[in-house]
Amino acid sequence: MNLILFTFIVLLGFTSYYFGRKKAYTIQSTKKRLTALPQFYGYYLAIWCAIPAFIIFSLWAIFEPTIVKLLILSDYSNQGYLDDELNLIYEKTKALSRGQFTGEITPFIEASAEKYLSLRSIAQSSKVVIVLSAIIASVAYAYKRISSNSRTREPVEKFLNAVLFTASLAAILTTVGIVFSLIFQTIDFFKVIPLFDFVFGTHWYPAKAFVRDSSEALDPTMYSDTFGAVPIFAGTFFIAFIAMCVAIPIGLMSGIYLAEYASTKVRQYAKPLIEILAGIPTVVYGFFAALTVGPFLKELGTSMGLEVSAESALAAGGVMGIMIIPFISSLSDDVITSVPQSLRDGSYAMGATKSETIKRVIFPAALPGIVGSILLGVSRAIGETMIVVMASGLAANLTLNPLESTSTITAQIVVILIGDQAFGDPKTQAAFALGMSLFLVTLCLNIVALRVVKKYREKYE
Amino acid sequence: MNKNKEQLLNKRYKAEQRFRLYGLSAIFMALLFLTIFIFKIFSTGYSAFQKTWLIVPVTFDAELMMLDRNPSKEDLQDADYYDIALKSMADLDPNANEDQENELKRMVSYFFEKEIKNELLNDPSLIGKTKEVYLTASDDLDQVFKGNYPRDLPEDQRRVSDYQLKIFDQLVANGKVESKFNISFFTNADSREAELAGIASSFMGSIFSILVCLMIAFPVAVLAAIYLEEFAPKNRFTDFIEVNINNLAAVPSIVFGLLGLGVLLAIFQLPRSTPLVGGITLSLMTLPTIIIAARASLKAVPPSIREAALAMGASRMQTTMHHTVPLSMPGTLSGTIIGLAQALGETAPLILIGMVAFVNTIPGSPMDPAASLPVQIYIWAESAERGFVEKVSACIMVLLGFLITMNLFAQIIRHKFEKKWS
Repeated sequence: MNLILFTFIVLLGFTSYYFGRKKAYTIQSTKKRLTALPQFYGYYLAIWCAIPAFIIFSLWAIFEPTIVKLLILSDYSNQGYLDDELNLIYEKTKALSRGQFTGEITPFIEASAEKYLSLRSIAQSSKVVIVLSAIIASVAYAYKRISSNSRTREPVEKFLNAVLFTASLAAILTTVGIVFSLIFQTIDFFKVIPLFDFVFGTHWYPAKAFVRDSSEALDPTMYSDTFGAVPIFAGTFFIAFIAMCVAIPIGLMSGIYLAEYASTKVRQYAKPLIEILAGIPTVVYGFFAALTVGPFLKELGTSMGLEVSAESALAAGGVMGIMIIPFISSLSDDVITSVPQSLRDGSYAMGATKSETIKRVIFPAALPGIVGSILLGVSRAIGETMIVVMASGLAANLTLNPLESTSTITAQIVVILIGDQAFGDPKTQAAFALGMSLFLVTLCLNIVALRVVKKYREKYE
Repeated sequence: MNKNKEQLLNKRYKAEQRFRLYGLSAIFMALLFLTIFIFKIFSTGYSAFQKTWLIVPVTFDAELMMLDRNPSKEDLQDADYYDIALKSMADLDPNANEDQENELKRMVSYFFEKEIKNELLNDPSLIGKTKEVYLTASDDLDQVFKGNYPRDLPEDQRRVSDYQLKIFDQLVANGKVESKFNISFFTNADSREAELAGIASSFMGSIFSILVCLMIAFPVAVLAAIYLEEFAPKNRFTDFIEVNINNLAAVPSIVFGLLGLGVLLAIFQLPRSTPLVGGITLSLMTLPTIIIAARASLKAVPPSIREAALAMGASRMQTTMHHTVPLSMPGTLSGTIIGLAQALGETAPLILIGMVAFVNTIPGSPMDPAASLPVQIYIWAESAERGFVEKVSACIMVLLGFLITMNLFAQIIRHKFEKKWS
């Protein structure tokens, strides 16, 4: 039904474009000067057709369900039902009217379902009538305006400008959406678990929250020593540290080699090949770490008489490091190439070898940019999910031994939220609180890194 | 004195060579990782494209199937195939006792009844006759035949019994085991049985998610880029938008999953586990990538183009829409494809919005529950059965194939259609 109406309105839009343009040609044939190109007359009319339809459609989508619900539930209003029960009645009514209701059908609900259906059909037909009459009115108004040959290009362009502006708000809306989705759950979480326990507690054991019978009231003392995030934060930074131990030397040295030593031919092939590493989905790295690297390290450790967990932090961190190599190598390559040639020439003139020039002149000059690229790498490592979910442990261990298993923020979020979630449960809220801390940490890292890189660019450009 | 100088110089030259070697070995290491990686995936995955069949003589005994003389099509549909299926497996070893008959049955997939039924539906004249039918071998025998399964383990640690191996070896010796291209891997939905599991449902899930993502992210991103590059006044608000975009590009993907869960599922009540929600979540993630690419390619259009159009009397909107934007399209499109390729490989946000549910039907629209290719990799990788290991690798090969194709396509668009100014 909505689809037919929508198609019809689109067709109306095209027809009004056609009529607008035709009107412009008739005006032109009377030797009058047009105020804009003929197609602008068409656009003008089409926009006047689209705007009221769009407004009414969105208002309807927002308010129709609420109003229908109010009308249905008004029958039950003075019978002393609780809000939850009223909601349940409404859901039953809806299910029955769709023919999907499987429970016991009471006459009350049957009557409501009939009322619901009739209300819906009234709403539908009034929507059609209102939309169509609004369109006809606004198009008639617009047609009168173009008949009197008033300006059309300016309003059309103003409209387009507004559309462009709205689109550019999408980025802000997304950020707002992220903060919005995280903040309420996080606040609820900290109402039950004190912030202090979360930040300084050393025992993370969210499975304990399962044990609670949902009919019992929340008892905050039950959760003491359950949501201490120190092991999680420590594990996250520890695995990121291992990753950077792999990524920084290899990434930085290959960046330097590509920028300073490699011939054009080597550069042409080696650079895209290394960048393939960045394009491989992380779930693939996770599979590789869990299936190949983990067991390999375990075997290697056993042969040397060490006890290595199959889900060691070393395996996850090492593979994550491989993933980050291209980020560091590409960015530092860019940064090093943009160091002015005059610095190199000055150093060579003093008799320095190439490596001395790189170490003493180019590297210090490029340092801010390199630091920026490393910070971006760290933020990647902290936010990386699939590798740790698949290759590192899921139990939160407070350890600094790379051969044992640890867990990270991202892995815990996945562990808690996989499957069905009950909103309002401290366990689910804990995942959002972890997400909030992850968002804040990476936000700081990103802002610092971007600022450093930008400052550096300005210096040499 | 002179000798000292020479020593020093030698030392410096050696340091120079060492440094160069470090650089070279770093690149070598990176490429070595890549090679090991690809080799490992291909060597474990290629065998999944083959499937093992047992060729078993089946007697279509009308009595056992409860059919009368001239069965209609419906009768054939409703007939009882279980008994003849069981009997044909048991007949492989005439001396088998009851336990052994059970083991014989487990040599093929639980789908064998249906395979026999399809054979008869294709050719109803088979009633009363005996025909050799291809039956899908069980996952464990499949792995044995491919040589991935250690036969020298003690029997109680194996999932294949000595008896099954004996019968299987007889069949192999008689040429009654065949390996054929595994079509069902591409046409079947997911299954708990490794030998029947396929990627069709997750593949369709991926396609639908990517389409939804493209339909939302591309228009919004291009319009936003046009505004920011061509019309936006230079003020604090525009700077704020820019900071937002740059930051969103580096926000961990799992945070977008939380956004999808907390806003799309909890507040807007969109259906769980569907490509629709997945696509919207991915589109928010891809948005900054496309905006940045589109802005870069708008920036690359030389000012002279704009000036020429303005000089001819075009308005700013006309200049932008008729000249700048079309000229920037190749760069924008290739950026979009690269962004979509990233979205195609994304797993974590999809897990959070419930696209990990076990789906054994092929979704027909973005509103049906589905998995996606990377999530399918995750699900299979977490399964214990040996047969899933090669399935995972094969699925990775399909996914990587897609990503490589998309990236090549982006390169081609860029090189073929992009104008070089200068």
